[in-house]
Amino acid sequence: MQSEVMFAGFGGQGILMSGKVLAHAAMEEGHEVLWMPSYGPEMRGGTAYCLVMISDRLIGSPVVRNPSHLVAMNRPSLEKFAPLIKPAGVVLINSSLIAIDAGREDLDVIKIPVTAIAKELGNVRAANIVALGAFVERSKIVGFDTLRHCVHEEFVNKKNFLSLNMNALEEGKKAAEMLPKK
Amino acid sequence: MGKKVLMKGNEAIGEAAIRAGCLNYFAYPITPQSEVAEYLSHRMPEVGGVFLQAESEVAVAYMIYGAAGAGARVFTTSSSPGISLMSEGLSYIAGAQLPAVFVNIVRGGPGLGGILPSQGDYFQATKGGGHGDYHLLVMAPESVQEAADMMMRAFPLAEKYRNPVIILGDGLIGQMMEPVEFHDHLRTDPVNNNHWATNGMQFRNSSKPNIVKSLFLDPDELNENNLILKAKYERMKKEDILFEPYNMDGPYQKLIVSYGTMSRVCKTAIDNLKVKGIEVGMIRPQTLFPFPETAVFEAAAKESCKAVISIELSMGQMVEDVQRCVQGLRPVHWYGECGGNVPTPEKVMDVVTSL
Repeated sequence: MQSEVMFAGFGGQGILMSGKVLAHAAMEEGHEVLWMPSYGPEMRGGTAYCLVMISDRLIGSPVVRNPSHLVAMNRPSLEKFAPLIKPAGVVLINSSLIAIDAGREDLDVIKIPVTAIAKELGNVRAANIVALGAFVERSKIVGFDTLRHCVHEEFVNKKNFLSLNMNALEEGKKAAEMLPKK
Repeated sequence: MGKKVLMKGNEAIGEAAIRAGCLNYFAYPITPQSEVAEYLSHRMPEVGGVFLQAESEVAVAYMIYGAAGAGARVFTTSSSPGISLMSEGLSYIAGAQLPAVFVNIVRGGPGLGGILPSQGDYFQATKGGGHGDYHLLVMAPESVQEAADMMMRAFPLAEKYRNPVIILGDGLIGQMMEPVEFHDHLRTDPVNNNHWATNGMQFRNSSKPNIVKSLFLDPDELNENNLILKAKYERMKKEDILFEPYNMDGPYQKLIVSYGTMSRVCKTAIDNLKVKGIEVGMIRPQTLFPFPETAVFEAAAKESCKAVISIELSMGQMVEDVQRCVQGLRPVHWYGECGGNVPTPEKVMDVVTSL
């Protein structure tokens, strides 16, 4: 069994980091993982994406035509990747910045205003962790306690951001819990 | 073995070098390998090693020559255009019989090309690059773990042969993160440098004055040096070929030869084809020089095998070695993509089934 999660958005939205935290959590649970960034000449405001692969056996190809899930932080990312996602995949839409739909009926689409939630918490930069919390709550791709542990490890040396991001994770989880079940 | 950590290939290469006892690193930044330098710029001082950003790749190669000549364990990393600049020095290092480790995180070319994954430096690494009659021992990892493992093997191999070893990765190997587990430290001193290193008489158990040079104006002396080098390359072919057979037990009709990142895509394609009842075997060379000649020949010679294909992120380079090994016994095909477009498993499946 293997799943792939595409995180995509603007450069500067913390796309690579949320992917890395998820990969770390999956590794902690004993899975094989692979994290692949887009490493073109991306910069703040440009496009950025990363692909996290999680598997119960050695991972072969690091290149995947149809990922299982998508976390879309901005509109160009949704337009680019939603058509590629495997049927029944979870697609998180950052509804603060994206006014359109995924355009498909065969996906589990969840719309969450992650940017607005992060702003309410006091820092828009935590939107990536809000999204991560919501995505993991919906997809159950890793255990939430493992995820908490890994977000903590990621920020433990950045004291000013630790509680912000731990709260962001919980708010993301709550937002996903309030949605109707699949 | 320690705990598994999640690391970029570039960072794992830097850490593995330190764990192999190499405390000298000279380099010049270039995408997609700059994270090696970034990592070692803080890690080398922590372990009492030397991190030095040189003024150019040409200078790096001669700093390596100097440090290796003085008997120190030393390495550098670069990407394709940077390795071209180092190639003159590589030839001198091979000619002077010095052990050193080079890493090429290959990007697309020729020229400045692009920064995405490529295997376009196969010829440069395996057939020369610099001038004169020499070879590098070339290793090609397919994962972050294997990149770390190969780094740790590279130093003892370089010292065994007194010859430069090059690790041929690609942008993807350098940039992706995977769990990696490091072996314990190897011994931290190069051995047997008494008879060649110019490290000062007080540091060695020999009273012989050593000279490190690649200039031999006497034709017989130069011929003798060339014969010594040739004997080393022949010995590499006997003792240090590495390859991984994949799905080779079944009655495969097609045989893939592929290495590095590309071979991982092929593995997934082979697994998917197997589910459909189509058997495809693969030889994955882990050393590109010495090349697994006998293994490729024997795999192609298997009765069920009807065709061989070299799949590479280059426009037909390794295929020449595959053709040489297959010796006309089976048709040898080629498939590849360039520019940084790594083919999907689906594409590989199409190519292989249409043979």
